[in-house]
Amino acid sequence: MTADLPLTAEDVAEIAEILAHSGYREMDLATRRFRLRVSRPQGSEAGAEEGMTQEWQWAGNAPAASSETAAEAAADPDVVASPLPGTFYHAPQPGAPPFVAVGDAVTPDTVVGIVETMKLMNPVHAGRAGTVAAVLAANGALVAKGAPLLRLC
Amino acid sequence: MTIKRLFIANRGEIALRVLRTAHKMGIETVLGVSEADSASLPAQLAGATVLLGPGPSAQSYLAIETVVAAAKAQGCDAVHPGYGFLSENAAFARSVAQAGMVFVGPAVETLEGMGDKLAARALALAAGLPVLPGGDAETAQDVAARAAQTGYPLLLKAVAGGGGKGMRRVDAPDQLDAALAMARAEAQASFGNPAVYVERFVARGRHVEVQILGDGTNAIHLGTRDCSIQRRFQKLVEEAPAPAMPEEARAAIEQAAVRLARHIAYRGAGTAEFLVDADDFSFYFLELNARIQVEHPVTEAITGVDLVEQQLLVAMGHRLTLTQAMVRPHGHAIEVRINAEDPDADFRPSPGTVRRAAWPAGPGIRVDSHIANGGEVPPFYDSLVGKLIVHGATRAEAVARMDAALRHLAIEGLPTTTPLHRRILADPRFVAGGVDTGFLAGLNPTGSNP
Repeated sequence: MTADLPLTAEDVAEIAEILAHSGYREMDLATRRFRLRVSRPQGSEAGAEEGMTQEWQWAGNAPAASSETAAEAAADPDVVASPLPGTFYHAPQPGAPPFVAVGDAVTPDTVVGIVETMKLMNPVHAGRAGTVAAVLAANGALVAKGAPLLRLC
Repeated sequence: MTIKRLFIANRGEIALRVLRTAHKMGIETVLGVSEADSASLPAQLAGATVLLGPGPSAQSYLAIETVVAAAKAQGCDAVHPGYGFLSENAAFARSVAQAGMVFVGPAVETLEGMGDKLAARALALAAGLPVLPGGDAETAQDVAARAAQTGYPLLLKAVAGGGGKGMRRVDAPDQLDAALAMARAEAQASFGNPAVYVERFVARGRHVEVQILGDGTNAIHLGTRDCSIQRRFQKLVEEAPAPAMPEEARAAIEQAAVRLARHIAYRGAGTAEFLVDADDFSFYFLELNARIQVEHPVTEAITGVDLVEQQLLVAMGHRLTLTQAMVRPHGHAIEVRINAEDPDADFRPSPGTVRRAAWPAGPGIRVDSHIANGGEVPPFYDSLVGKLIVHGATRAEAVARMDAALRHLAIEGLPTTTPLHRRILADPRFVAGGVDTGFLAGLNPTGSNP
């Protein structure tokens, strides 16, 4: 079968043009196959030429888990691994101080970060007592299930 | 003949590019994918996909027998090789033809002639084109003898080369042995052939190329592209037409390219590359790339010609319906390559997952990319994440449009060449136009090695 490809470059340019002359900041279109968001970039510099961005999300591009890193993490008792795939955050909200920093003492129940998955905030617990030796995953990083987040000692 | 079912033997943005035109022409598509690409955007959009093998190219995209067998088993009547991988591999083209399918590209003899850079030099000479002093060199002694003729600095280049692999600049005789060893090792690893040749290095050179189209009888050109902004001999920024060059100089290069295309009865889309002296515009033939180029969209932008469509039409046996007089370039186009590389860490590759990909959108903007939110840049292949192309009525308009577009571009999750492109666009030498291949080293904005 030859399925039609959605929206050519010309189509997207036209959508951007229509949007630019409308009162709207963005257009968000979701189908079963894809989601397209055409918008004025947030925080675009004052005085910068009017511009638009296009962001595509494809149904088949769900973040993939890496079995390799998961296996490595499971084998290392000093590593706090991500309990599920998602976005890892050091702090409860932007600008807030991080849950833990290098050198902090933790108990098994200490929350060391959160992983956001499908709009849900999931606390990550240290899992054992110890001291934070290193924070391995960057704030805002997309992590696979089992990905190493912190190292304890 | 008519192509009904096309096998695409490539990946990434060029696979998507070929898919688009095939769909437009009503041609069914089958994409060969490696395990690393099985969830890629082109895999999602192709009519059908077939698994070629594991991630490493040697076991998937470069496995000739596997690719040909997959295309045949899928009932395809033609194979589009894209660029890189097997696109200029004569054995592959022959194997495709022997399996009863059409290879979307030039004749096997052309690939043999042009794939060997030395043979290409000889053909160009026979067609009356100027070439740089130099020649083949089998042993270290041969290289030294050639070097005595060309002088220093000189370039060592892979006979089977392309993409800057197996290429080394040598500034002095005492560097020759080490450079030769590295160039041969790289050439062996990249092309399976360690042979290199020697060429004079032009200090203030510009890289100017001509897009050609041929049907085996007739040939035309679609104007020039300037690709002088390179790092490690790999292009980063391309524009069409070549800026800051007298019209007569441009025309002379275009005519030379057409002369070569006619001399070898070229069939399909190809690119003749020239080194142009930035001061007096004298030019030397470098090589002919017998495939679609990464930077083809800038030519499409100014000519309105769909080059992949032309490739497919010629492959179906059609004569060119375009004449030279019908090609009327309009305005100016610029392309930047957004690579998964850290320009502040000596262009270290940065494969991984793109968390968010906000590409520019709007009039005069084209994005050729297979990477959307959550897209994977596997560690096995080249680092191209996508190409941002702008078109304007004038070069100044195109530069302004690119500058604005780059401000809005946001690729999150891995470092890309975007910040470097913003620095290039801000450089007065680039804004003026006509920079030489030393531009990037002169930019050196971070204090790291250029």
